Amino acid sequence: MGKYSDNPAAVSALVQQHQVHRDTYIDAEIYALEMKHLFANTWVFVGHDSQTPAKGDYITTQIGDQPVIMVRHTDNEIHVLLNRCPHKGTKIAIDRSGNTGKFFRCPYHAWSFKTNGCLLAIPLKKGYADTDFSESEASHGMLPVGAVQNHRGFVFARLAATGISFDDYFGESLSSLDNMVDRAPEGRLEVAGPPLRYMHKCNWKMLVDNQTDTCHPMVAHESSAGTAIKLFEDSDWPDDRPKPMAMEIIAPFMSPYEFFEEMGIRTWPNGHGHTGVHHSIHSDYSMAPDYLDSMTAAHGAEKAQEILGENRHNTVYFPNIMIKGPVQQLRNFIPLGPDRTLVESYVYRLVGAPDVLLQRTAMYNRLINAPTSMVGHDDLEMYERAQEGLHVDGLEWINIQRLHTEVEDYSAAQVENGTTERQMRNQMQAWAHFITVSMGGTTEEAAQ
Amino acid sequence: MTVSRDDVIDFLYAEVRMLDEGRFSEWLDLWLEEGHYWMPLDYKQADPDLVTSLLYEDHFMRRLRVERLNGERTFSQKPKSRCSHVIQRPFIDEFDAQAGRFVTNTSMHYVETRLDEQFLLALVATHELRLVDGNLRIANKRVDLLNCDAAFGNIQLLP
Ligand SMILES: [Fe+2]
Repeated sequence: MGKYSDNPAAVSALVQQHQVHRDTYIDAEIYALEMKHLFANTWVFVGHDSQTPAKGDYITTQIGDQPVIMVRHTDNEIHVLLNRCPHKGTKIAIDRSGNTGKFFRCPYHAWSFKTNGCLLAIPLKKGYADTDFSESEASHGMLPVGAVQNHRGFVFARLAATGISFDDYFGESLSSLDNMVDRAPEGRLEVAGPPLRYMHKCNWKMLVDNQTDTCHPMVAHESSAGTAIKLFEDSDWPDDRPKPMAMEIIAPFMSPYEFFEEMGIRTWPNGHGHTGVHHSIHSDYSMAPDYLDSMTAAHGAEKAQEILGENRHNTVYFPNIMIKGPVQQLRNFIPLGPDRTLVESYVYRLVGAPDVLLQRTAMYNRLINAPTSMVGHDDLEMYERAQEGLHVDGLEWINIQRLHTEVEDYSAAQVENGTTERQMRNQMQAWAHFITVSMGGTTEEAAQ
Repeated sequence: MTVSRDDVIDFLYAEVRMLDEGRFSEWLDLWLEEGHYWMPLDYKQADPDLVTSLLYEDHFMRRLRVERLNGERTFSQKPKSRCSHVIQRPFIDEFDAQAGRFVTNTSMHYVETRLDEQFLLALVATHELRLVDGNLRIANKRVDLLNCDAAFGNIQLLP
């Protein structure tokens, strides 16, 4: 029993609208409560179903600190199972992906399980004949998560057996995911290779915050984006030669504050939100002509224009992923500790679209999100400095007050100036709700 | 000029010495413009283009990287990183003096450090070299990290 366990009032008190207490980023007990409650009560991204295209295909990953296996069952449905043999605890699979055939077999004592988790067989089963084995939890097989939803290929799970439904949790925010998938002439995406894996010595929420932090690119990324523009201007690049693709990607990071103010931010209930309502750093990407043709053929001219006219920048799906629809990218901020986060950055192929789009998408990933990325280096430097700086006593709050004027209502969608920190406030309000909702007692009662 | 096997090997040693001593602008001059510096993300990756790599840098990106390392507001390089390559004697897999084309395979241990942090990477570098106007130049370079699929923190210099 510490300061925060079983004390939802104390946890809620860490989040005010305009500031949050540093313990949400550095305290080990808070981190443990996030794993136990926040990541159990929310819908967390697991994987894309093209990572497991055939029956028996699986990937291993985690939801919060819970190791899971996402697997395609014999009926073609995706199942998400906790990665633990019900017998002695051995992880059933540890490779990042594979095919297990019709069943999983624990390598320790050969207990086997159907790919929906049900216990299939135990060697020398008669050893349990006169026991109450059927009463024990081990007899149920591998434990499934509370609920799974496959939304147009993107698989989410809720660990808790009961709680908010998928549709209520995401609501209108699914329009960003839908736009990303609609950009494929055939209406589906396929994962393109393994993800970049980038280790960050900082809290996972620093990364989530950064996704809608529109006041940092022109400062933190001057060394890469600013230098790129300078190099290009000095290069006497011939007008008739296409600009380097890298310039198209990096240069917009140096856009002035006004650009980011005007692009807008939209927030949705439950902590979701996105930058780039009216335009974004992805708006001016060059268009492959044959792509426009195939989109028009698939959707009709008007609908195709509507899909491609939406150029949202970063969409945060609370708690811990970000997608870029126009780039077909997803970044997963996997918590490993209060001061440790693994960032996995995936890219997807628009099925039916020309390769040049995937070429740009793969380039975007390595230029911006790789451990070798000139842009990523400066972001990580800032996160790690902040993680250390937050230990300063006597100055214990993180300010998220930009463009906060009055008491805000986060229960409906709203569009604001693109430099507001409203989305960070929105996330932390959702945080306070989903971490305390299963802690026992209401926060109101406890506060009295 | 006729190129000997020793010339090829000396060139590779000189290249890593440049990197270790932070002479990045000189290193840029070793390259032929159209060449790529490739560091795959996946073990035995065949495609540099339609899946993600750690690096796949053309002339423009290599210059940008070096300019940035030298820049004033490069926050992740305040203070600067340092690196060290320990290289094994290269294999010369192709030696075509007539065409002026050489392919080498070199195992290295790469150490990078900054502040109190230091990490080690084991790698194999594959160089395609060309003889141009009497000088050996890098036409392409591929760096395969032994643990390319592991999660890394910042790798800021040039393995
Ligand atoms: Fe950034």
